[in-house]
Amino acid sequence: MKNRSLVSINDYSKAEIIKVLDLAEEFEKNPRQTILNGKVIASLFFEPSTRTRLSFESAVQQLGGSIVGFSSAATSSVQKGETLKDTILTVSNYSDLIVMRHNIDGSARYASEVASVPIINAGDGANQHPTQCLLDLYSIRKTQGTLDNLDIAFVGDLKYGRTVHSLTMALSLFNTRFHLVSPPELKLPSAVKRHIKEANLKYEQYTDFMDVIPACDIIYMTRIQRERFPDPLDYEKVKNAYILENAMLANSKENVKVLHPLPRVNEINEDVDSNPKAYYFQQALNGVFVRQALVASILGLV
Amino acid sequence: MSTKRKELIVSAIQNGTVIDHIPAESVFQVIRILGLDKTDKQVYFGINLESKKYKRKGIIKISEKYFENFEVNKIALVAPTATLIEIRDFDVVSKSNVKIPETIEKIVKCFNPNCITNHQQVPTKFKVFYDENNQMKLACHYCEKNTSPANFVFV
Repeated sequence: MKNRSLVSINDYSKAEIIKVLDLAEEFEKNPRQTILNGKVIASLFFEPSTRTRLSFESAVQQLGGSIVGFSSAATSSVQKGETLKDTILTVSNYSDLIVMRHNIDGSARYASEVASVPIINAGDGANQHPTQCLLDLYSIRKTQGTLDNLDIAFVGDLKYGRTVHSLTMALSLFNTRFHLVSPPELKLPSAVKRHIKEANLKYEQYTDFMDVIPACDIIYMTRIQRERFPDPLDYEKVKNAYILENAMLANSKENVKVLHPLPRVNEINEDVDSNPKAYYFQQALNGVFVRQALVASILGLV
Repeated sequence: MSTKRKELIVSAIQNGTVIDHIPAESVFQVIRILGLDKTDKQVYFGINLESKKYKRKGIIKISEKYFENFEVNKIALVAPTATLIEIRDFDVVSKSNVKIPETIEKIVKCFNPNCITNHQQVPTKFKVFYDENNQMKLACHYCEKNTSPANFVFV
């Protein structure tokens, strides 16, 4: 992984994914270290973000590294019409590694081709968000003790949610049984289902949420966005069908955990938050350890 | 119409390349893809010629020009039936069918409007693959979305 960019979860083999998770486990035991002393990490957020940016910056600073960068395109030279190539070439001169988020699909792959330092993709438009995928895998393994042979439900917008797409691809390496719960308009795209089929795994599609809750080890919730529906009436029909309430977890397995990439709007009722089965805020914390593992391994320090 | 007579419709060339069996409707696309609209060589073309195999075909003859395989393979995207004939001193030296290459660079636009290649000066790059219905598709190297032949727009 040393000196290699991470743009798409497919850039890592199964063995490399497991290595990152193992390293993250070590950082969780000892998150404050000095191994990044003297290293400069560029944090280029052309598009706003709360969790991803702050957890990256916190991860780096807890390891003694320093951060340069910007948190929106408005406060960078993009505002003056600078191309992505020029920004990346310039920032390559000032840093040992670049973390970037951009609203355009494929921008991170392109940046990794022009940069002289490695790139970590922190989200490129609707395409990839590999560090989210790795922290989701970490959260699943940590709560279930394994990644193999689990029943995992994805709920909500499976069509446009990039986290669902990358996580489905990664979980296809681990003998997962997929339970796909969505309105008919927002089913998982066939290109993503192809990964499940190619791995000789099974998936079932549901429209009724209650049908799957008792069988699952992980319930992965996503937000259904109003703007995805051309007809507002269609949105009104489904908007409340995929809201998780605490009472719905009554018949769930003891070990089940509810995950969500956040931010949530209303798809998880706040009465779930105090249930020990709710895991989304710890999931966000795990992002720090996974990002520490990535930065340290790409810089060749572990 | 005899084969001999057909050869006379589009002049014979002494040295160069003949691209035969092009689907009639794709001739202008092939001309564009190979940059023949900008060449200083002699170019002859025919459209809606009779063909035993394909009913209506197109043909292009380019004087003093030989293509590298990778150049010609580009035209396989729009003219999968095309045959390439190398001519030296009026004789056919070699004949070959075009093949769809494994990667396609620069000639097709990515169908995803939010792809980086449609926003900045980044040349397109695709991997060719076949879906479960054996339909050829292009997977974008950058945005990872697929472009189908029905949505091909040539650069």
